[in-house]
Amino acid sequence: MNHFLIAPVVLPALVAPFIIMVVRYHLDLTRIFSLASTVMLVAISLVLATQAASGEVQVYELGNWSAPFGIVLVLDRLSAMMVLLTSVLALVVNLYVIGSGWDKRGANFHALFQFQLMGIIGAFLTGDAFNLFVFFEVLLIASYGLMIHSGGTRRFQAGVQYVVYNLLGSTLFLFALGTLYAVTGTLNMADLAVRVAEIPPEDTALLRVGAVMLLLVFAIKAAVIPLHFWLPASYANAPLPVAALFAIMTKVGAYAILRMYTLVFGPDLAITEGLAGAWLMPAALVTLMLGAIGILGSYRIGRLVAFGAITSMGTLLTAIALFSPEGVAAALYYTLHSTLAAAFLFLVADLVSERQGIEITAQRLMPQSGLIAVLFFTGAIALAGMPPLSGFLGKLLVLDAARDHDLVWWTWGVILVGSLVTILGMARAGSLLFWKSHSITAETDPTAPQPYEEEANEQEEETEDTSTAALPFVACFALLSGLILLTIFAGPASHYAEATAAQLFQPEIYIKAVLGKVTP
Amino acid sequence: MTMGFLNIEFLVASAVGLLTAAGIYLILRRRTFPVILGLSLLTYGVNIFLFATGRLMVDAPPVLNKYAEVPYTDPLPQALVLTAIVISFGMTAVVVMIALAAYLSARDDKIDMPHHPEDEGEDA
Repeated sequence: MNHFLIAPVVLPALVAPFIIMVVRYHLDLTRIFSLASTVMLVAISLVLATQAASGEVQVYELGNWSAPFGIVLVLDRLSAMMVLLTSVLALVVNLYVIGSGWDKRGANFHALFQFQLMGIIGAFLTGDAFNLFVFFEVLLIASYGLMIHSGGTRRFQAGVQYVVYNLLGSTLFLFALGTLYAVTGTLNMADLAVRVAEIPPEDTALLRVGAVMLLLVFAIKAAVIPLHFWLPASYANAPLPVAALFAIMTKVGAYAILRMYTLVFGPDLAITEGLAGAWLMPAALVTLMLGAIGILGSYRIGRLVAFGAITSMGTLLTAIALFSPEGVAAALYYTLHSTLAAAFLFLVADLVSERQGIEITAQRLMPQSGLIAVLFFTGAIALAGMPPLSGFLGKLLVLDAARDHDLVWWTWGVILVGSLVTILGMARAGSLLFWKSHSITAETDPTAPQPYEEEANEQEEETEDTSTAALPFVACFALLSGLILLTIFAGPASHYAEATAAQLFQPEIYIKAVLGKVTP
Repeated sequence: MTMGFLNIEFLVASAVGLLTAAGIYLILRRRTFPVILGLSLLTYGVNIFLFATGRLMVDAPPVLNKYAEVPYTDPLPQALVLTAIVISFGMTAVVVMIALAAYLSARDDKIDMPHHPEDEGEDA
């Protein structure tokens, strides 16, 4: 048994309490430990990714209880890719947070950050449905803390909505798991797959109810219409660097859909045949369009990027809903791209809102306006999926994969029109923020910049020196270079995605690795 | 343990149904306090539901007896429900604290966000 497999869960789980209990009053020490932990996470997940790239599915049996009796962690290509993506994103966000001083504005940022990573990585690795619920709760409870980090009236109000919505999601998750357990008598994903396939179709009414409830739960996470209402308000009112980390959280929902509906309720399964795809596809297309319209209508920069995240989730889920190897491969490539792109834009949005507040209006020229404008427009190009960045390739892959689908014209039409509306929306926001500002001087400025929280005002004087520090820009450029690398190495990346998709559509490999000899 | 229609399955099923219905009614209210109460009722409902997923057995231990063929009840749902209780308890505490912070800072416990103060003039 490869004990290395549990390292990315254990490491943050140990570092977080250490930060709380031992070094909580020493800002520098918390930063050092948090940063060291995220750097080590990147190293660990690189090792895991190279191990998984061979195509072997590794299983870690917790407490050496063999599946299906104990909980297992499973590392296949998909989990390894998602863990690597999470840890890279975490490192960049951590650098940004330290550079911009966001972690000074409230207590225990880094401990919550580590717990959040533990939950996300655990959710990607686990091979047990109830354990997936537990890791969901770990990542959620950490995200509640991060979301209301540094406080403020609006942030608390948005926090209440976010928590209530997610508690409802958790309750629904429990109902779904209870239903599945009542029918199958197991919660191990591989064992579920075996037993679900054995149940005679006439006895599966409850099972199908469970499958649909589970899809709803993951759709809440992935912010699919009509369950997306929590996202814009939460992400826009969370500290924007935290929202950048949250860019991976919607992907947890997409990952769970991909995992459960290829492994347990696969596209070939008679009882739920095409159920997920048939419902998901129209919902994903509407999500995409609504996200694009939201971008066009946003008057605050946080909401602008939050709707950008929604539209990229729409594209991603459109590709997943095809439930074909090509579609999933495109979805995986697009996952890498859209996570980096959304996080990048959230960081740029924070650069803007730190300098001139959250409104998208023309104000006096902010410091480093030129540099931030370049970053913003690059991010907009990436998000909208224009050449030369990886968003273009990702969307091209999605369009290509949809070629044989029944709804091909709808898919193509919505993706292309959605991209156009996204471009318009981003161009409008960018022109207002960066170009129109050139015509406003200190004398003609109708409203002096008004940071929207009183607290932010006081903080600003303290953090004046750090707002020009280089580290936030280093973080932004790191994400940008990630996008550029993803474009240059699109060949290897999409080959890996294809291999991952091929592995997902051969669930017997996964089942055999987990259950070993127990398979009938 | 059947007493006409008042058997244990009927009682547990109606308890789950009642708690869920009351919970859903309450979470549709406009203020945070009933919403949180509704969430608690929902989690009670789901906990009982989870407990029943291993089938309802009366007077049976959740352990296998290797000396005699005696009835036993499924222990796994009990472990699941214990986890769910702990998590929902913790989550309720968190949501109460956040709701309290929102109420104290906004002097208002409506669950939907009011418009931004700066917008109000424009909207009116």
